[in-house]
Amino acid sequence: MESGKQQPLVQMLGITKSFASVKANRGINFDVFPGEVHTLLGENGAGKSTLMNILNGLYQPDAGSIRVKGAECRFSSPREAIAAGIGMVHQHFMLVPVLTVWENLVMGLPDLKAVLPKREVIRKIGELSGRYGLDVEPEAQVWQLSVGEQQRVEILKMLYRNAEVLVLDEPTSVLTPQEVRRLFDTICQMTAEGHGVVFISHKLDEVMEISDRITILRSGEVVETLPGPMATREMLAEKMVGRKIVFAVDKAVLNPGDTVLEAEGICALNDRGLPAIRNLSLSIRQGEILGIAGIAGNGQKELCEALVGLRPIQFGRVLLRGKDMTGRKPMDFLRAGVSYIPADRKGTGLVGAMNLRENFALKNFWRKPYAKGPFLSWESIAGETGRIVERFGVSAPGLGIPVRNLSGGNQQRLMLGRELSGTPDLIVAMQPTWGLDVGATEFVRDQLLRQRERGAAILLVSEDLEEVLALSDRLAVIHKGEIMGMVEDPRSASEEELGLMMAGIRRETAIEGEKGR
Amino acid sequence: MEILIPILSAAIRSGTPILYATLGEILTEKAGVLNLGLEGLMLLGAFSGFSATMVTGNPWVGLAAAVCVGMAVSALHAFLCVTMGANQVVSGLAITMFGTGMSALLGKAYVGETIRGLGILPVPLLAKVPLLGPVLFNHDPLVYLSYVLVGLTCWFISSTRWGLTLRAVGENPRAVDAAGLSVARLRYAYTMVGGGLAALGGAYLSVVYTQMWVEMMTAGRGWIAVALVIFGIWNPLRAAFGSYLFGGVGALQLRIQAAGTTVPAPLLLMLPYILTIVVLVGISVRKGKGILLGAPASLGQPFHREERD
Repeated sequence: MESGKQQPLVQMLGITKSFASVKANRGINFDVFPGEVHTLLGENGAGKSTLMNILNGLYQPDAGSIRVKGAECRFSSPREAIAAGIGMVHQHFMLVPVLTVWENLVMGLPDLKAVLPKREVIRKIGELSGRYGLDVEPEAQVWQLSVGEQQRVEILKMLYRNAEVLVLDEPTSVLTPQEVRRLFDTICQMTAEGHGVVFISHKLDEVMEISDRITILRSGEVVETLPGPMATREMLAEKMVGRKIVFAVDKAVLNPGDTVLEAEGICALNDRGLPAIRNLSLSIRQGEILGIAGIAGNGQKELCEALVGLRPIQFGRVLLRGKDMTGRKPMDFLRAGVSYIPADRKGTGLVGAMNLRENFALKNFWRKPYAKGPFLSWESIAGETGRIVERFGVSAPGLGIPVRNLSGGNQQRLMLGRELSGTPDLIVAMQPTWGLDVGATEFVRDQLLRQRERGAAILLVSEDLEEVLALSDRLAVIHKGEIMGMVEDPRSASEEELGLMMAGIRRETAIEGEKGR
Repeated sequence: MEILIPILSAAIRSGTPILYATLGEILTEKAGVLNLGLEGLMLLGAFSGFSATMVTGNPWVGLAAAVCVGMAVSALHAFLCVTMGANQVVSGLAITMFGTGMSALLGKAYVGETIRGLGILPVPLLAKVPLLGPVLFNHDPLVYLSYVLVGLTCWFISSTRWGLTLRAVGENPRAVDAAGLSVARLRYAYTMVGGGLAALGGAYLSVVYTQMWVEMMTAGRGWIAVALVIFGIWNPLRAAFGSYLFGGVGALQLRIQAAGTTVPAPLLLMLPYILTIVVLVGISVRKGKGILLGAPASLGQPFHREERD
């Protein structure tokens, strides 16, 4: 893309922003030209989202300026940003689930008619959908749509407002591989029409495919801006993390032992009382990691909770080492050696207001040596917590400080340490590396592999396809609470095949489809 | 049929004050603000409506004064909850206590006084329709205004641009903020409109219905209104049904008492409260699931833009 002669659509100069003591952005320069995809690459916490929220008027910069087509601008609200032609598609969609697609599109438009002009809006949506390949049913309510469709609604919302610059914040993290292809087609269509696109991601393959230019951020600063075609995977990773990264996971060859967990045709409901798990069966043996891949919200959480006794099972049975555990209390599962690493470490996992020792005690209060009759032995609790802090590299100023003062990575290390300290037979881990930086991710994966070598049975649920493919011995794909297919050797599975299963096509059919091409 | 007409007509009249408060609370809660101060706002409305009518001799001035007082006091609630991010339950309860105490204190001088409030104004032609006429169209102007408000509120919420932003701000304030609208301004506005309507409901009791001032005269109607909002699943039509049901059972039990019965009066007095709640719980809980529907997702939660989660 030859962009040297043109004027940039947007230019950000010397942007600095702090949150309390954290400098999220320091002196960042960033610009976008018409017809280009300019990628912001960086780890979680590198400052990508902060920078874009400043561009979008949600945050005010402490220092620095923004120019739109050469003219200096200050955005005190998203409305001003969108009026200047800057539209943001947030990672967590800014949609109202109970409203219809068309209602979401026009909500807050400054020149909207008093009585909602439904027909006119729907016609305009049809036009835009056709032009950019963004199919969506205008009269559907947003909660009924798949995540990919909701993303299309968000993009349409910005196009409807005549955005010239579209900021896509981690747009692919929630999509199947097929949906990613479709999104990229739309992005190409938008750049062809002269829009500028800011693409935010930490997935290197995608970044290299779609970008005209790449700007790498690390701890709030620009490391480098380079042309997309010049980038290599290793180079980007090194600049992003600040050190060399080994991509291969070192995994010992093991012969799985006895079956630890068996689920036979289980059904469970979600929090709204609707079926979330339908007639699902699986089994895990000693020294085996069973991966569960799937798009968020397809029953993963309900499955994990059903398997650790936190969610009632409507039909079917759960067996632990051949013993029927169906309908037993969570405590019985704990006593049977089941560990659970939930995805929401601040919700189900840890109590933010409690300190490190107390959080350890929460799951160990019932057993010796931490319990002495009806009393707690704070001495042994503190001792074990201290050992966890050391062994799992939790960086905390002391054992007596509230857990919410720790960073996400340290919270995860602490929780992992607690869950693994009792040499569990079964570990149910849901998104154990979600939101962690590369270093912490490596650590968590390594710990899981060690548990596998020790002989634990592990259920690993993750939306990160790369992760489940790398760690699992076997892989199941879940869609709407059903298993679409079981892959015995994850390394042999093609991404297309998995993508089709994630979209709800059963394995046998998915493979035939592959052959048919 | 003939004996039903007075009971149904009374149901409308005694349901109307609750209906105003319920409509107001629907608007407030749709915007994501819980206002448990309804009882206090109704009492303040009842008192200020009565006193202003007595001073000026004009019931319309009294009603307007009540609306102003209701808006002012609920603006305080909005300030505490929206601007300061205070706990909405605590703030609402404080408003109820404040309203109860303040109206009793200031109202001491007015106990036993009477005023000429709003009278009956039959609607020409419509009042002559058999059955429906005497039940629906032989009332005071505020009853007719409440009919209009029910329809208007339904239409406003479902079909206008302001209704769209109202629904959105109670469901996902972040989306409204990202669309460039002020969440705080919307929540202030609907909290104040809701407070004004609650006070108008209270003033209906003193200026129209009884035409006198009695301490604690709302007798828990504000709380019933809060319950009606929930069990009427934030729908003005269902809220109207609930209000009239409450009014109707109240009128019925009065007649049972008057006819002479061995059932103790306190039990009969409890009837409207219990029956209304039971019936509305029955219709609002989804069959077999035990789940309440329709609560605005962000109800009761303060909104801060720069909060990182």
